[in-house]
Amino acid sequence: MPIDFERQRAVCSALRAFMPEHNVLFDREDVTPYECDGLSAYRQVPMVVALPENEAQVCEILETCHAMRVPVVARGAGTGLSGGALPLGNGVLLSLAKLKNILAIDTQARIARVQPGVRNLAISEAAAPHGLYYAPDPSSQIACSIGGNVAENSGGVHCLKYGLTVHNILKLRVATIEGEIVELGGGGLDAAGYDLMALMTGSEGLLGVVTEITVKLLPRPECAQVVLAAFDDVGAAGQAVANVIAAGIIPAGMEMMDQAATLAVEPFVNAGYPTDAAGILLCESDGTREEVADEIARIEKIMRDSGAHLVRVSQDEAERLKFWAGRKAAFPAVGRLSPDYYCMDGTIPRRRLAEVLRGIAAMEKNYNLRCANVFHAGDGNLHPLILYDANDPGQLQRAELFGAEILKLCIDVGGTITGEHGVGIEKIDSMCVQFGAAELETFHALKRAFDEHELLNPGKAVPTLHRCAEFGRMHVHSGKEKFPELPRF
Amino acid sequence: MSQTAASVHFPNRMDKLIHQFIDTIRAATEDRRRLRIRGGGSKAFYGNPATGEDFDVTGYHGIIDYEPTELVITARAGTPLTEIESTMRAKGQMLGFEPPHFGGGATLGGCIAAGLSGPRRAYTGAARDFVLGLRLLDGRGTDLRFGGQVMKNVAGYDVSRLVTGSLGTLGVILEVSLKALPLPQAELTLACEQQRGEAITLMNAWAGQPLPLSATCHVEKRLYLRLSGAESAVKAAAKKIGGEPVPNAAEFWNGVRDHRDLFFSGDGPVWRLSVASTAAEIDLPGHQMLEWGGALRWLKSDADADSVRKAARKAGGHATLFRRGNRTTGAFHPLPEVLMRIHRNVKQAMDPVGILNPGRMYPNL
Ligand SMILES: Cc1cc2nc3c(=O)[nH]c(=O)nc-3n(C[C@H](O)[C@H](O)[C@H](O)COP(=O)(O)OP(=O)(O)OC[C@H]3O[C@@H](n4cnc5c(N)ncnc54)[C@H](O)[C@@H]3O)c2cc1C
Repeated sequence: MPIDFERQRAVCSALRAFMPEHNVLFDREDVTPYECDGLSAYRQVPMVVALPENEAQVCEILETCHAMRVPVVARGAGTGLSGGALPLGNGVLLSLAKLKNILAIDTQARIARVQPGVRNLAISEAAAPHGLYYAPDPSSQIACSIGGNVAENSGGVHCLKYGLTVHNILKLRVATIEGEIVELGGGGLDAAGYDLMALMTGSEGLLGVVTEITVKLLPRPECAQVVLAAFDDVGAAGQAVANVIAAGIIPAGMEMMDQAATLAVEPFVNAGYPTDAAGILLCESDGTREEVADEIARIEKIMRDSGAHLVRVSQDEAERLKFWAGRKAAFPAVGRLSPDYYCMDGTIPRRRLAEVLRGIAAMEKNYNLRCANVFHAGDGNLHPLILYDANDPGQLQRAELFGAEILKLCIDVGGTITGEHGVGIEKIDSMCVQFGAAELETFHALKRAFDEHELLNPGKAVPTLHRCAEFGRMHVHSGKEKFPELPRF
Repeated sequence: MSQTAASVHFPNRMDKLIHQFIDTIRAATEDRRRLRIRGGGSKAFYGNPATGEDFDVTGYHGIIDYEPTELVITARAGTPLTEIESTMRAKGQMLGFEPPHFGGGATLGGCIAAGLSGPRRAYTGAARDFVLGLRLLDGRGTDLRFGGQVMKNVAGYDVSRLVTGSLGTLGVILEVSLKALPLPQAELTLACEQQRGEAITLMNAWAGQPLPLSATCHVEKRLYLRLSGAESAVKAAAKKIGGEPVPNAAEFWNGVRDHRDLFFSGDGPVWRLSVASTAAEIDLPGHQMLEWGGALRWLKSDADADSVRKAARKAGGHATLFRRGNRTTGAFHPLPEVLMRIHRNVKQAMDPVGILNPGRMYPNL
């Protein structure tokens, strides 16, 4: 979208009336770093970038944009994987990066009050001297912001036991598009009225701008140990996961990687993964020493009984971290195999795992692209990583079609198109597959309940019915014209 | 059990019921008649009195799907809570938020619409934390599905959690999918004499340590603590904490959960103060019971609503006139103006004519 320079000047001068000049950017080279988030296939330079230094400025920016009817896209650290923070060429990109103070840590109440630009890991680091930590741990935790986590309802490898962002926050301060502050949640465990804090969580910057977050801190578990189990068959690995749950165990983490993923990771980090296995499981237990000893023994036995041909238990903290290092480095490791990769994020009922992986394997052949699978197995959240080369014409489009087909398969088996990365711009068409017109209309009505003129991150997360109608036509069209040889799942 | 079997085998009957519900809602919308949604009626005392015709939804009942290894149960709103709990118990699982029943007839729909949680709340989560998805009829009679049957789902706004605790003002809940938790291997309740102030300090100190806590309660100068988890962990924690084991502990906790405990007897008003767990003792006349590690304070007091609300606010939270008392100022804590405006807009989005349980939560909502 070309920039309207007259409008740009007007917006800049309106913002500079209350903000220092250096915090209102519009020069091409100044705004280009904001042209995309972690989904770099989509790029757009914003008309203006605003860098508020405090909540009052956030409110003033919003009030100004509201009055001028300028759309606003909030941005945390820009690590989002669905294009949620993709700017608009006629809009203001509102970066929360300068709001990065930890305002208070109350060790007795076990809470931290932080600004939205604070990095996820920084909270746990600040709480560590008190034996406390913030539980949700997305793999991007060294970089992603807590405000972005709230906007995406981010999870991590430990969320099966400790919950997602929504389960670990107590209170939000949110600026409305009119520039007014509302407090959602509260000092207690619930608040009067509707649970708008839950609604705000995961709303991808479409309902309000989060300016302050009170998070829960948990006591560090006394100890943790992880079991590494290797299987000749991913179906058996999936069954092992079900068997652990059936035994009444909720592991602190339960992750699966297929052979393509372990082959990518092992040379990169030497985590000690057996690369001849069809799939490996990492299953962690944490808690008191007694609890962990008990649980690890039971998990070990279940893994063997479920057909694991190799079972190893971390013997010390160093080995535990080594086992995890491989999983945590999975994305970058896969990234080394191929110029580009495309990370998917569907969730499925776990019992359908083998079937879904077989479906993905067939798609690899059909689209002639490789795919490595990393899986939050405990809660059924699948991250297929589709490898492609953006410089080879056609590969990106093939990767996107491949991805959309995986998401369709996830819906068909009773799952969802996104477990934790959000819809953003990336999965907006897949929303038409997952939801009917009535649900989409409800979403739009709720959006207008907060943002009458639809100025907050418009065009993201929820497709218009018109777009879905177009998509329906296009889908059939491309199926016929472009890849007639591909079977549809 | 026979009810479940019937509803599973006669899905047509259930579909027909939904059509009847839709017709009822549409007709009411047209004539601008208010509907008072009713499950088992066990929580009729809760909130403000809703006006309108009774709209009984208990006919829509039965467990639809329960897959223990997926940790998910899906059931129709009219299903008795007892049926859900006994079905889950048979598979070694439970509802992690230990919902209050407040009477024999409690249904799943009422449980989720009220959004109340029991003693385990501070340690495993609230009703809304376990809701994975739901199906509901909005105020136009549109049949809607949000969320799903999987643990993680961020597609679309989280309407399921929004509806939880909205007291039927946003839609008629038809079906709910909930996350299940395994029953703890072992459970032990300990008690000791303790002053209230000390109890607050202790409960917060415990919560800051890696202990397998699952409930706390302070009443009548006694502090109760429940440990749940692996046998070894419970034993080790009990040794560390001390206190005497309480016999018939399940009876005690169910009494607290369902307000059958002696504390709740009498005919004066009962207030529910949801506050910061570390907040100092609430300085008002009357009797108090503490739960949730200090974050929940039950107050039996004749203090006027203003003073109670002020005290709750000062303690970082809000106050609900839970049982009895004078409701002229409303059962729930008044909301700031901007927030109230958003509430009205949200209501308008889901129930434009305002026929579903109007007034149950706030006037004009
Ligand atoms: C290598 C890698 C690994 C990842 N692993 C995980 C993982 O394990 N689990 C997981 O859940 N995610 C993961 N992610 C995705 C991403 O890190 C998360 O979605 C994260 O929460 C985004 O935070 P951010 O600060 O970067 O937000 P951004 O990307 O800047 O923004 C994300 C969305 O939030 C909105 N937003 C940002 N801040 C605010 C605010 N203050 N108020 C309102 N809206 C706001 C934006 O408009 C946008 O829609 C990963 C990403 C990468 C690159």
